[in-house]
Amino acid sequence: MKILVCISHVPDTTSKINFTEGDTKFDTNGVQFVINPNDEFGLTRAMWFKEKQGATVHVANVGGPETEPTLRKALAIGADEAIRINTVATDGYSVAKQLANVAKEGGYDLVIGGRESIDYNGGMVPGMIAQLTGANFINTCIGLEVEGNNATAVREMDGGKETLKTTLPLVIGGQKGLVEESDLRIPNMRGIMQARSKPLHVKEAVDISNETASIQFEKPAPKGAVKLVDNVEDLVNLLHNEAKAI
Amino acid sequence: MSVLVYTESDGGKFKKIAQEAVSYAKGIADMLGTNVTAVAINAENVSELGAFGASKVLELSNDSLKNFNAEAYASIVAEAAKKENAQVVVLTSSINSKFIAPLLAVKLDAGYVPNVVSLPESASPFKVKHSVFSNKAFSHTEIKTDTKIVGLAKNAFGVKEHNTTATTEAFSPEISSGNVEVVSVDKATDKITIADAEIVVSGGRGLKGPENWGMIEELASVLGAATACSKPVSDMGWRPHSEHVGQTGKPVASNLYIAIGISGAIQHLAGINSSKVKVVINNDPEAPFFKAADYGIVGDAFEIVPQLIEKLKEFKSQNA
Ligand SMILES: Cc1cc2nc3c(=O)[nH]c(=O)nc-3n(C[C@H](O)[C@H](O)[C@H](O)COP(=O)(O)OP(=O)(O)OC[C@H]3O[C@@H](n4cnc5c(N)ncnc54)[C@H](O)[C@@H]3O)c2cc1C
Ligand SMILES: Cc1cc2nc3c(=O)[nH]c(=O)nc-3n(C[C@H](O)[C@H](O)[C@H](O)COP(=O)(O)OP(=O)(O)OC[C@H]3O[C@@H](n4cnc5c(N)ncnc54)[C@H](O)[C@@H]3O)c2cc1C
Repeated sequence: MKILVCISHVPDTTSKINFTEGDTKFDTNGVQFVINPNDEFGLTRAMWFKEKQGATVHVANVGGPETEPTLRKALAIGADEAIRINTVATDGYSVAKQLANVAKEGGYDLVIGGRESIDYNGGMVPGMIAQLTGANFINTCIGLEVEGNNATAVREMDGGKETLKTTLPLVIGGQKGLVEESDLRIPNMRGIMQARSKPLHVKEAVDISNETASIQFEKPAPKGAVKLVDNVEDLVNLLHNEAKAI
Repeated sequence: MSVLVYTESDGGKFKKIAQEAVSYAKGIADMLGTNVTAVAINAENVSELGAFGASKVLELSNDSLKNFNAEAYASIVAEAAKKENAQVVVLTSSINSKFIAPLLAVKLDAGYVPNVVSLPESASPFKVKHSVFSNKAFSHTEIKTDTKIVGLAKNAFGVKEHNTTATTEAFSPEISSGNVEVVSVDKATDKITIADAEIVVSGGRGLKGPENWGMIEELASVLGAATACSKPVSDMGWRPHSEHVGQTGKPVASNLYIAIGISGAIQHLAGINSSKVKVVINNDPEAPFFKAADYGIVGDAFEIVPQLIEKLKEFKSQNA
């Protein structure tokens, strides 16, 4: 089985979010970039397929040279090869077109993406890849088994979960549950050394188009101070009369 | 020309987010000088959508669509959009809407923006405001394609009443159903889900152990609320993963969010920030959550929560 894991390179969850150039660009100053958490769960599941079922695992990112350390980290965790599609990705649809092209050319059986990237929160890239390549698609995927050409997946839905049956080629939008938090791996020295000599291919982008364009960013208005009360009666009254929340 | 809205229902009844989505679609239709068409799958009394501004409802009843099937649902909405010559398609932020949206975007070759928090700022260029960076910022984004898809954030617009008369029309498009089949569904039907709840009661590590969740459940039941928890609580198996809220868990956009024994880490807050009113109960006055909350009590949850339950019972009996 050939697996492609799509890796979004995102600011660490503790990052302060600021903008520059008249609020038109994300300010990367002092920001630590990491593998998107949803993708880390997917990558770890892919490692399981590699170790238990002999799968080959490639990782891909659409982005500039600054994303290479994130791809190297994925190689250190155990991916076999990395691909960077060299373009500044600014819209989910255009990212999906690049990755769909890689998926088709590489003949991958399974494409693992995340439910959403924690930066732009698009939640669209994996579904678009599936639709563009004609693969089956399962979103909010919290469990995945593959046997030959058949896959069984569990998906989270509003108020519960459901078990689904499908076939390869398959694209998933994954999240925690694919593996547990405790299964995540921190690259060790050997992995880091090996990652240095693993292939990282740089490909030029195809068919660049932008269906959407971010014009300007804005930060939420600062919040007013909390109202502290010292008894539950006042709280209930405030929630009823002032906040009108009960 | 029209604005098309996909309306979600459960057991035949429209969800509140469907009513909100129709209200929002009507707002866009007024800006564009056109009408709202809704598409409803296996729902009853579909003409009631007129009350929120729909002029027409395309109605589909089909037993084979009883289980949600993203490919099939996306193809239905796509066919409806073509038939109605829709300029804008409105979806919501439910898990199912977000499953359909990317498939639909490719089918219609349409730009898609999720988590939209208000009516478009302008119709031409078509510019919307949506949350990014897990609610830490907003982006003003232009959708440049002829057909545009917007995913409305929950509780961002509200349900607005109109007195439009909706005509209904049976709709039976060609459906492509793909190759994903439901084997089994595991859904607690008696519990309010975090996605649907107006009120969410959430517990953190401050509650010490799973045996102490009785009072959280009781508080939730008095309020008709859903229960939720912080990430470590689900990681330790005190509560199911489905209750984990935050940046890497479920988002919460309820009217009221009550956090008990939760410190208010940045990743937790990112996921619950779009709730309207936030209440925190924590015995540490320095807990970061107090900076993000609207109301707070500094105190021991094991004392405060039982008192709050009693007070609320009293309140409910007086305001029933
Ligand atoms: C205004 C703006 C400015 C941007 N600036 C930059 C920039 O300077 N540098 C840069 O590299 N990117 C930049 N991006 C791109 C951004 O980081 C995302 O890659 C892209 O917008 C898709 O995000 P999304 O939230 O729609 O992804 P989602 O659809 O939420 O992502 C879901 C999943 O798709 C996959 N995925 C998403 N994006 C990528 C990707 N790029 N490569 C591989 N897999 C991916 C991952 O598996 C991810 O979990 C910018 C985007 C915007 C909107
Ligand atoms: C990549 C990443 C992603 C993450 N994603 C999430 C996420 O999605 N959601 C999430 O929740 N976390 C997330 N976290 C974890 C987050 O950083 C915090 O560790 C977590 O939210 C803390 O949970 P807590 O508030 O329950 O516990 P703690 O931080 O331990 O807080 C417990 C609180 O309870 C209070 N307390 C103790 N006893 C009492 C009492 N008797 N009465 C009242 N109050 C009491 C304490 O004062 C304290 O403030 C993430 C972390 C990382 C690194």
